[in-house]
Amino acid sequence: MKEYEKTGVLSIEDLRLPSEEQLKKGVAVIECVQNIPCNPCVDACPVKAISMRNINDIPVIDYDKCTGCGNCVAVCPGLAIFLVKTKDDTVFISIPYEFLPIPNVGDRVEMLDRRGEKKGKAEVVRVRRAGKTTIVTIKTEKRFAMVVRNIRVKDA
Amino acid sequence: MRIKKHPILEFDREKKLRFYINGKELYGYEGETISAALFANGVTTFSRSLKYNHPRGFFCGIGKCSSCLMTVNGVPNTRTCITPLKEGVEVKTQDAYADLPGTKHKRHKKKVINTDLLVIGGGPAGLSAALEAAKHGVNVLLVDENPFLGGQLIKQTHKFFGSREEKAGTRGVEIAQQLRKEVEKQENIRVFLKSTVFGYYECEQNHCFGMVKRREDYTEEIYELHCKSVIFACGAMENMLTFPGNDLPGVYGAGGVQTLMNVYGVKPGRRVLMVGSGNVGLIVSYQLLQADVDVAYIVEGLPTIGGYHVHAAKVRRCGVPILTSHTIVEAYGDERVEGARIAKVGKNWSIIPGTEMDVKCDTICLAVGLTPSIRLLSQTGAEIRFIREAGGHVALHNKNMETTVPGVYVAGDGSGIEEASTAMLEGKIAGFSAAYKIKNKAFDSKPLKLYHEELERLRDGPFGVKGRKAKEKIAVQWSDKR
Repeated sequence: MKEYEKTGVLSIEDLRLPSEEQLKKGVAVIECVQNIPCNPCVDACPVKAISMRNINDIPVIDYDKCTGCGNCVAVCPGLAIFLVKTKDDTVFISIPYEFLPIPNVGDRVEMLDRRGEKKGKAEVVRVRRAGKTTIVTIKTEKRFAMVVRNIRVKDA
Repeated sequence: MRIKKHPILEFDREKKLRFYINGKELYGYEGETISAALFANGVTTFSRSLKYNHPRGFFCGIGKCSSCLMTVNGVPNTRTCITPLKEGVEVKTQDAYADLPGTKHKRHKKKVINTDLLVIGGGPAGLSAALEAAKHGVNVLLVDENPFLGGQLIKQTHKFFGSREEKAGTRGVEIAQQLRKEVEKQENIRVFLKSTVFGYYECEQNHCFGMVKRREDYTEEIYELHCKSVIFACGAMENMLTFPGNDLPGVYGAGGVQTLMNVYGVKPGRRVLMVGSGNVGLIVSYQLLQADVDVAYIVEGLPTIGGYHVHAAKVRRCGVPILTSHTIVEAYGDERVEGARIAKVGKNWSIIPGTEMDVKCDTICLAVGLTPSIRLLSQTGAEIRFIREAGGHVALHNKNMETTVPGVYVAGDGSGIEEASTAMLEGKIAGFSAAYKIKNKAFDSKPLKLYHEELERLRDGPFGVKGRKAKEKIAVQWSDKR
């Protein structure tokens, strides 16, 4: 039994991570680890970087092909895809967000990890509406690249 | 307790309506059901029990159980969860025994309708079935108990899984709108809403049903329906769980809470304990958070989370703990839920002493599975079997969804619990097969093969195993009969 099946929280070991170089370019990190019948991310990718042999497969992303466009982030029904792009000591994390209020560029928001635990504050640098899902990009310290996966606007 | 702003939904509250509860004046909005308007006004006790005078509230929220029965404009046993609110309505709690209706509710003149195909239930399976049959030139009568079509799709605010053919990436509520519009465009589909098909009657050559349609003034019209074929797409109902206090107002089915919140924009409470971590429990927890309702815990009796990890991850990263190997021990409170006690379960589902924990909450949501609705279907004489993986008793059916009674078909959760994508495909298969028979095979049967292939693909993964097993068992028992 995997730990996440008990807790709902993934660990880094459960994921196939991009390299430093790939992160600099900016790529989609897909946190989808189970064989569920779902494939909109494959259809959404304009460069065919995400592949799946059949609909129940786990999506496999070719980080070299991925351009970090974010189409898959907007379409993923599980809200399980995040864009991560590093620059020197900072990281830009784009998170699918479906709560109110929607933050504005320049706002300081609370960062949360996969457990919902607070990790300090970050600045919102981009807000993009994709239907009713909003994709919020925050800028923070590089060490949070694979840690922060949610934001809380209200308490900020 | 009304939701003012919602990240996904907008609530239309244009026309204010006055109504009365036991003579006391209250206000609701047009488009709300009586139950929703009562909730919005903080009224959660709908009746009192026969023997001990316990308060009782609503449970399923979709017209399947009897928890919300009240007397409305003098008509007793009205299901207030599916009855629209009207100006000046007088609602009364019917404590203990209700007075039976007087002679003014008897002696209806019946009307007769003849149709090719009757589809009972306007959810994903029924809508897909009606559309598929209508496209092949069959006249369809589509009947649903609710004030609108869409079944449980109308409260699914999350984007659907699956592939493009099943509208993946689209929210359930939008799929319902799309299907509804397609039905409206089909001239050969006649829709009866707020109508209940109540009985199957023997007659020569075709199938015959009784139907009651509820009028705007809460009185009823009776119809006699004749059809060549019928598709039962009656869905399922929420399971109850046995624990002390489970009859308190505040203990609701997860689906009922979803209806209140996402269809009528009314919060069920302030802080919720979710029981069950299948996809329903996880999704409804997330939707409660979106409606700005606290979720204290999600408890799960099994050692692992039942639903998709991605759904679990969404609530976890909002800080909601999921406690596996935990169950609810009791709910407590006077007039409604004030809290619950939960505990860790060991082997054989026994509670481990010393692990009990108090949870302050005003709402307990039960998301512990569904049971197929087959009561009407069983009247046709179709062979019924208990199939554990299907969620209870279901009608035996062949690959084309036809039961042991020729011309009687099933589709969706009523034929075995699965989810909306498979329900839509089963609906298409049943609609196609019924039309194929009615029209004497006058068109190409190729699409049927594609629907079967698609259905197989959806059931292929580890999460489709239950549905796959259920259908395999049904197939085996079907062939044993022949």
